[in-house]
Amino acid sequence: MSDVLQQMSPTGDAIGEDLSFHPINVPLAVHDLTVAYHRKPVIWDVDLDIPEGKLVGVVGPNGAGKSTLLKTCLDLIPRASGEVGVYGKPYKEQRHLVGYVPQRESVDWDFPVSVLDLVAMGTYRHLGWFRRVGEKQKAAAMNALEQVGIAHLADRQISQLSGGQQQRTFLARALTQNAKLYFMDEPFAAVDAATEEAIVKILQQLNSEGKTCIVVHHDLATVARYFDWVVLLNMRVVASGPTEEVFTKTNLEKTYGGSLSLLDEAAHALSRIAR
Amino acid sequence: MKIISKLFLVILLSGFQAFHASGAYVGIEDSETLILQTSDKKSAMDELLNVLLLRSYNTRLVILSTTTLGTAAGIVGAFLLLRKRSLMGDALAHSTLPGIAIAFIIMVSFGGSGKSLAGLIAGATLTGVLGLLIMLAIRNTTRLRDDVAMGMVLSVSFGVGLAILGVIQNMPQASAAGLESFIYGKTASMVMADFMTIMVVALVCSLAAILMFKELALLCFDDRFAVAEGFPALRLDILLLVLVTTVTVIGLQSVGLILIIAFLITPPSAARFWTEKLPTMTFLSAVIGAISGWLGASISALVPKMPAGAVIVVVASSIFLFSMLSAPKRGVVARWIRYKDLKKKVERQHVLRAAFELVEEQKNGDSIVSNYPFPLQKLLAKRTWKAPKLNRILNHEQSIGHLERRADGMLQLSESGFGEAARITRNHRLWEIYLVTHADIAPSHVDRDADMVEHILEADMVHRLEEELRNSGAWIPSPHELSTRTQAS
Amino acid sequence: MNWTSFDTWIVVVGALCAVACTLPGCFLVLRKMSMMGDAISHAVLPGIAIGFLMTGARSSIPMFLGAAITGVLTAVFTQWVSKFGRVDRGAAMGIVFTTLFAVGLILIVQAADHVDLDPSCVLYGAMELTPLDTIEVLGVMIPRAAISLSIVLLLNLSLITLLFKELKLSSFDEGLSNTLGFSSNLLQYLLMSMVAVTTVAAFEAVGSIIVIAMLIVPPATALLLTRRLIPMIVIAASVGILSAILGHLSAVTVPKLFGYESTSTSGSMAAATGFLFTIAWLFNPSEGLLVKQFRNTKKINESVPVEELSS
Repeated sequence: MSDVLQQMSPTGDAIGEDLSFHPINVPLAVHDLTVAYHRKPVIWDVDLDIPEGKLVGVVGPNGAGKSTLLKTCLDLIPRASGEVGVYGKPYKEQRHLVGYVPQRESVDWDFPVSVLDLVAMGTYRHLGWFRRVGEKQKAAAMNALEQVGIAHLADRQISQLSGGQQQRTFLARALTQNAKLYFMDEPFAAVDAATEEAIVKILQQLNSEGKTCIVVHHDLATVARYFDWVVLLNMRVVASGPTEEVFTKTNLEKTYGGSLSLLDEAAHALSRIAR
Repeated sequence: MKIISKLFLVILLSGFQAFHASGAYVGIEDSETLILQTSDKKSAMDELLNVLLLRSYNTRLVILSTTTLGTAAGIVGAFLLLRKRSLMGDALAHSTLPGIAIAFIIMVSFGGSGKSLAGLIAGATLTGVLGLLIMLAIRNTTRLRDDVAMGMVLSVSFGVGLAILGVIQNMPQASAAGLESFIYGKTASMVMADFMTIMVVALVCSLAAILMFKELALLCFDDRFAVAEGFPALRLDILLLVLVTTVTVIGLQSVGLILIIAFLITPPSAARFWTEKLPTMTFLSAVIGAISGWLGASISALVPKMPAGAVIVVVASSIFLFSMLSAPKRGVVARWIRYKDLKKKVERQHVLRAAFELVEEQKNGDSIVSNYPFPLQKLLAKRTWKAPKLNRILNHEQSIGHLERRADGMLQLSESGFGEAARITRNHRLWEIYLVTHADIAPSHVDRDADMVEHILEADMVHRLEEELRNSGAWIPSPHELSTRTQAS
Repeated sequence: MNWTSFDTWIVVVGALCAVACTLPGCFLVLRKMSMMGDAISHAVLPGIAIGFLMTGARSSIPMFLGAAITGVLTAVFTQWVSKFGRVDRGAAMGIVFTTLFAVGLILIVQAADHVDLDPSCVLYGAMELTPLDTIEVLGVMIPRAAISLSIVLLLNLSLITLLFKELKLSSFDEGLSNTLGFSSNLLQYLLMSMVAVTTVAAFEAVGSIIVIAMLIVPPATALLLTRRLIPMIVIAASVGILSAILGHLSAVTVPKLFGYESTSTSGSMAAATGFLFTIAWLFNPSEGLLVKQFRNTKKINESVPVEELSS
């Protein structure tokens, strides 16, 4: 159904693409963004400015529009109003700066490609049309696989991977994209502890290289440890800012409501920050 | 001219294809010739009425049977569509071919003519069900998906069917000419016996679908629940597909193999645009099927060189296209307008809310917000919109009397505009509070587009939200109070 | 039976058609659009009819063009109906291709007086007659169908080689393909035109039923046997060629066993693809149905090692 809307309103139409007010050094600037399915707004008046070089956790309850926000920034979902600037320009002109890790379930893992093939897909944009994957791209893919710690699986068919390995493969693919800004949709969803650790290591490494990662995350207990910037989202942005300022009990209550277990979890997480 | 039109009538009565296939010419009753002989005294209008009102025997058979078939296919197809298996009808239709061919061979080798409709239907149903079982087996035992299973069964069984037909064509015993009509349809060569078979079978299928309505509806809506409730989902699935196969087989005779598929898919898809209710949809689908059958066969009878099956499909598709474009709720045009409206509304609300906030900023500790003027520059700075767009919206607001551009360059909300802005802002703030205080359930309840919070949430809840708003110091009275107050002042 | 050069040509034409079809067919299957083969092979009828009416000749450039256009139109219309109308994809496909087929049928019947284009020929094909219609090339008499199919085969092969990476990506991950700037729709339309042009090249010689079967069944068979893309394409092509040989052989021999004359070669070739699929389905070494059955009974008899459980 999102496609319908996309067809009806090519993104940017009637909104204007002059993003002169978006500073060039801001990886992601979102202004007045509203996205609606049918009549129902899914996200609503979102204003965000993500500073460069942050690990950003996007946190919020189910149905809060976290994935929608990501996909809208990537022009995969049309917007009802508002503007998105990637380093001061519309996404279309900045594709080379952006890497994307979709949700694991979004692809068919029975597809007949090997792990190395999949990871090399990240280099396609640099290759452009018609040019084929060569040694250089394969080496880059191998290198990325080594970084996520599954280089030994390079020749495996992707259907033989475990959930965690699938996630690492996706992350390796994003690494070969060699972007400045990464969008990751629930990379920590249903992965084993070792994978989680590997992903965190990659995130930190990207961070140390000055890259910006915007990560949809669902586990409140780990937010404070993994991210230095938090966006609390529940249709609207409840709060966005440095973790220690924003990730507070009040804000979490505002985001999640009175759900008890969640608040316990949050309290636990908060006590950890205090220490 | 008269002679030509009479010739056309002959063609329509005998059917275009039957006219060319010499063997089928006998299908026309003698009474037909009588009508023909007198017809030159009648006007074209009479001919039209003849066809549309089923006055002549042969057209009556043809039109009645396509109408009945359309009804039955519409009913069965509705379930097929909702089960998201429309193309399975396609695959099943093809997998009937080997059965037809085998039944023909068996009947001939037992000394029959090989063209008994009942026998052919039995054979077709048999391989149709076999095709269905193979499809299910492929899906359940391999990594291949539904679409591959369908394409597989479709092409292979059709190939097998053609191979067997190839054998028949070389048989000395009987001509396979009659069998060809099973693939392309030979509406006009229909005889009474065929007609009766079609009517009875179509009726039985429709009745079965209606009798099992509740079970089939549950199957389409939520098959897991159906299983949990103790309904045998697999058997229901098979029942549905047997109904499909049966309708397909009787449809083959009159509209042809490819085009019966349209009969199963197009009417229900068209009906879906007009309603959200399954019984209504099934009924509409039956009606659309019937109209397509009746109108299509009639046009084919009136206009020369119009194969009935193809015309029926074109009629059904036209109804579909009309429904898709113009249905009031689900139609494309209606949805497009709604989407554009929504976009416009969002923008308008942004402007009015920003205006209200600017006015509010000037209240200087008063308990009530009074309607002060404000400069355009401030409004422009309030959000990330650009002057031309903002001006467009402001012009619109001005044209409906919500806003005034004063001579000194300031903007001033009118009384109605102020009321509207206050209402929008209040609505927005209440929703915001609701989102924050009831964050866990809010996303499924929030409908900002609703003109009033009150329309969605219960009075008690609104009351509590208002309380919160008052405490936060951003209180805006409800528009009713507001309007009385501004009037009083 | 005695094998003549006629039989050789029939098998060659069948094999050419098989390979030309399996190339785009692999991607159709991977895109979960198998039924599109059936849809397009019917939907090209109006394109063929218009091209035919314009030139009065079969197998001409306008006819191929008409077919390619209607092929793309089928994909575009299907997309529109399912997107704008929010109709289930399968149903949308059904509505579009039956409508186009009906329009094609009406066009042909309208022109039937001065045109010899039999709609049944589109489906059945008359493969047995292909060796009779020959053209002299470099002193050798070659069936016209073999030449047109070779051209189409080369076309498909070069397009798929050229765009292998793009087709792979967009079939696997449409979203990523779009975000990387490789329009998934564009690639899909290209695939559809390939299918349409192949259908037209095949329709008069071998019948479109072969196209439908060869588009889907050999790739599906290959998918059962391998989990690599390039091997899949190679295996699919081989299965296609094998079916062509097997199909013609059985068309000539099997009916004789029952005391009948020979039968339609196109039909038997389509049936042969099904036969080979069944063999792969039941007996393929890694996950064949019977193999699995056998292994399961063996497993119950032997005790399962502990490491295997824990791994």
